[in-house]
Amino acid sequence: MNNDKQIAVLGVGMHPWGKWGRSFVEYGIEAARAALRDAGLSWDDIQYVAGADTIRNGYPGFIAGATFSQALGWKGNRVASCYAACASGAQALNIARAQILAGLCDVALVVGADTTPKGFFTPVGGDRPDDPDWLRFRLLGATNPTYFALYARRRMELYGATGEDFALVKVKNAKHGLANPNARYRKAVSIEDVMASPTVADPLRLLDICATSDGGAALVLSSMEYARKRDAKPVRIAAISTVTPTYPQTIIEMPNFSTDSAAVVAPPERAFRDAIGFAAYEEAGIGPDDIDLAEVYDLSTALELDWYENLGLCKEGEAERLIRDGDTAVGGRVPVNPSGGLASFGEAIPAQAIAQVCELTWQLRGQADGRQVDGATAGITVNQGLFGHGSSVIVSR
Amino acid sequence: MPAKTRVPAVEGWFTTEGDEPALLGTRCRSCGTYAFPRESYFCKNPACDGREFDDVALSRRGRVWSFTNNCYQPPPPFVPTSDPFEPFAIAAVELADEQLVVLGQMVPGTSVDDLKAGMDVELVVDTLFEDDEHEYLVWKWRLVETGAPA
Repeated sequence: MNNDKQIAVLGVGMHPWGKWGRSFVEYGIEAARAALRDAGLSWDDIQYVAGADTIRNGYPGFIAGATFSQALGWKGNRVASCYAACASGAQALNIARAQILAGLCDVALVVGADTTPKGFFTPVGGDRPDDPDWLRFRLLGATNPTYFALYARRRMELYGATGEDFALVKVKNAKHGLANPNARYRKAVSIEDVMASPTVADPLRLLDICATSDGGAALVLSSMEYARKRDAKPVRIAAISTVTPTYPQTIIEMPNFSTDSAAVVAPPERAFRDAIGFAAYEEAGIGPDDIDLAEVYDLSTALELDWYENLGLCKEGEAERLIRDGDTAVGGRVPVNPSGGLASFGEAIPAQAIAQVCELTWQLRGQADGRQVDGATAGITVNQGLFGHGSSVIVSR
Repeated sequence: MPAKTRVPAVEGWFTTEGDEPALLGTRCRSCGTYAFPRESYFCKNPACDGREFDDVALSRRGRVWSFTNNCYQPPPPFVPTSDPFEPFAIAAVELADEQLVVLGQMVPGTSVDDLKAGMDVELVVDTLFEDDEHEYLVWKWRLVETGAPA
């Protein structure tokens, strides 16, 4: 790693994912306390709190940093709250990193948690004809799975992907999730199970699409100097990418009605999803060949295959071969989603990017019982938040 | 009973008069880039500081980039038109001149089994939903008959 702008992960913690029906604050605080215990620190040691916001919990959700601080006991610590949809957790992590690298604090806590409704995610209520996220439901009936399905079908049309290829992703992730105590679904799934589940948005079936879940995740972070007094070889955050797309964005993205036009400005060298991981690799000074494992945002099974290519784990059009050959299973060349991924967790939006970092930390410490990637020293996460928020984190040891 | 008034489900996104309806986008007066839906504040081209835009009718024909359907009824503000819900197809369509991809429902009767990437489609205006007094209109894509003149 050439990057000298690194921070340490002292502790990680999660509240198990599920449909618990309790307040998001409870999940966040359970996760924060678990991360503090893991770090061997107390709440008194935390100087800064960055909260990833949830928009479905009203006022306390929109100001998550203060809400989590109050629940842990107000003590006048500095605080930040941020929202970037699915990328919120990476943004909160990035805010805490900046504080630490600037020397403004030594130890920070990052927390994200969510309580989700049943069924499809829906836009914020009321009549809002100026909001594309409202209009896409009104004018097209375009749900989130609609967009996932457009990408899945594109893989079938371009590369000959099949429903069985997509099902293999679910089978792999379900197997990984069996051993994860924080996973919501801990049940083996067969190709037949996936193919027998009802179609939601052709070609994607119910078991191809991730659920929405309650959950919470937290990280205790510090400067390298602070960490080395406690641990000679701490897990490090080597890079955080939070890039936007470059104009023109020529792949249709949720919740938009259209892409940008490439009539005047040629498409960029790297499309958005390629650029997200590239920026992280560049910042860390490493490349795809240096990566031992990845946690990617498998909103759908087919989307996981897209990420293999976006992260440079294989060339375009080769992802189906990777999943068929078992390259991305634990024990394979470059395991993807050893945690079980969204397939085993369901999505708890502001917690999810933080949970990805929790898993990489356990993996790099050799603590991922039952799903351990042997000898892992570097891992990457990738994810994407609505309206153009890239998110990728490289963790190393 | 008087006929229902036909009104667009969204104002200013497409034409409703005549036999050849079209999506209404904009073209930047400074750099010439296209946008849909219409641009009114700033040009998205980072090299352009244009603030003025001409309304343009976009190409009525395009090619299917990808497609899917909805097998479950979407949540509000989607307005269901049948009970029980009937699946409908959605296509992402590439417009060659404007070099952009636009989403739209396929007209009723076209399913995913009828579609392949690269097929030619054209734009029509069709009913999205109705209430007691109004028929709300939206743009949809329709497969171009094989052999029809381009």
